[in-house]
Amino acid sequence: MSGVISGGGTRTVEPWVREPLMRFVDEAGARLTLVMTSAGQVVAQYGFTRAVDVMAAAALGAAIVASTGEIARMMEEPQFNALNHQGVRHGVFVAAFDSPRGRLLALVVYGSNSSFGLVQLFFEEFVRDLVAACPVPETRKPILAEDFERELNQSLATLFKA
Amino acid sequence: MSIPYRRLLDQITKIRGVRGAMFVAGEDGIVVAEAVVEGIKANAVAALAGSLARRVRRAADSAGVGMPEFVQLQAEAGTVCAVPAPAGMLVVAIAETEVNVGFLRLAMRKAAELTS
Repeated sequence: MSGVISGGGTRTVEPWVREPLMRFVDEAGARLTLVMTSAGQVVAQYGFTRAVDVMAAAALGAAIVASTGEIARMMEEPQFNALNHQGVRHGVFVAAFDSPRGRLLALVVYGSNSSFGLVQLFFEEFVRDLVAACPVPETRKPILAEDFERELNQSLATLFKA
Repeated sequence: MSIPYRRLLDQITKIRGVRGAMFVAGEDGIVVAEAVVEGIKANAVAALAGSLARRVRRAADSAGVGMPEFVQLQAEAGTVCAVPAPAGMLVVAIAETEVNVGFLRLAMRKAAELTS
């Protein structure tokens, strides 16, 4: 994901995510943030400039949560809520949370201007804001294979439109 | 919380006007050990004090005055103090406005030294 940190703005597929996301990014000092469904479908992103990076990060983030969820299941533990990987220059925070739209995941990359504690602190507020802003969900239609690619392309077009 | 940390924090919290004290992992902004009264959000204080200490350190470094030894944030209804400790930790105290800051500073520095 080299070169994706600077220059990216906030793009959301669902408009109600925008304000809580912008507030979170501002307060937590996040460099990249991705909100997605547990299947890896992108709901909103901040900081990415290339669609291919968003798709890769969404797939990897969803895979991380699925993997740790499976480890928790094997250990007969409740699901892990969040995990943090501290690198030399960046930290990666991955968390899952429930919303009226179902279970959502967030992947946050932060640098030396922030910290795990700050991200964790403001992430709690972000989740509260998101849940409060989330409209009552419509009855969900079954996901059909013929619709999937079209919806995926629509989401990416929304996220990266000029 | 381990007994040594508890004892060190007790030396700070027994000072009149102190509402809480904690050891914070400075870079991560997370609580290592805490003893605070009800109503103080230890996690939030740790995250924000860690951030404040990092910024103050950068400012001091830019100004060429070396590493900060004591940071005091005087607010309307109280004060937050931080002292660096070994291994990247911080000793953080939350106190009322009337607290004896000199005495508090001594206790915090002693606690920081004893962690090594």
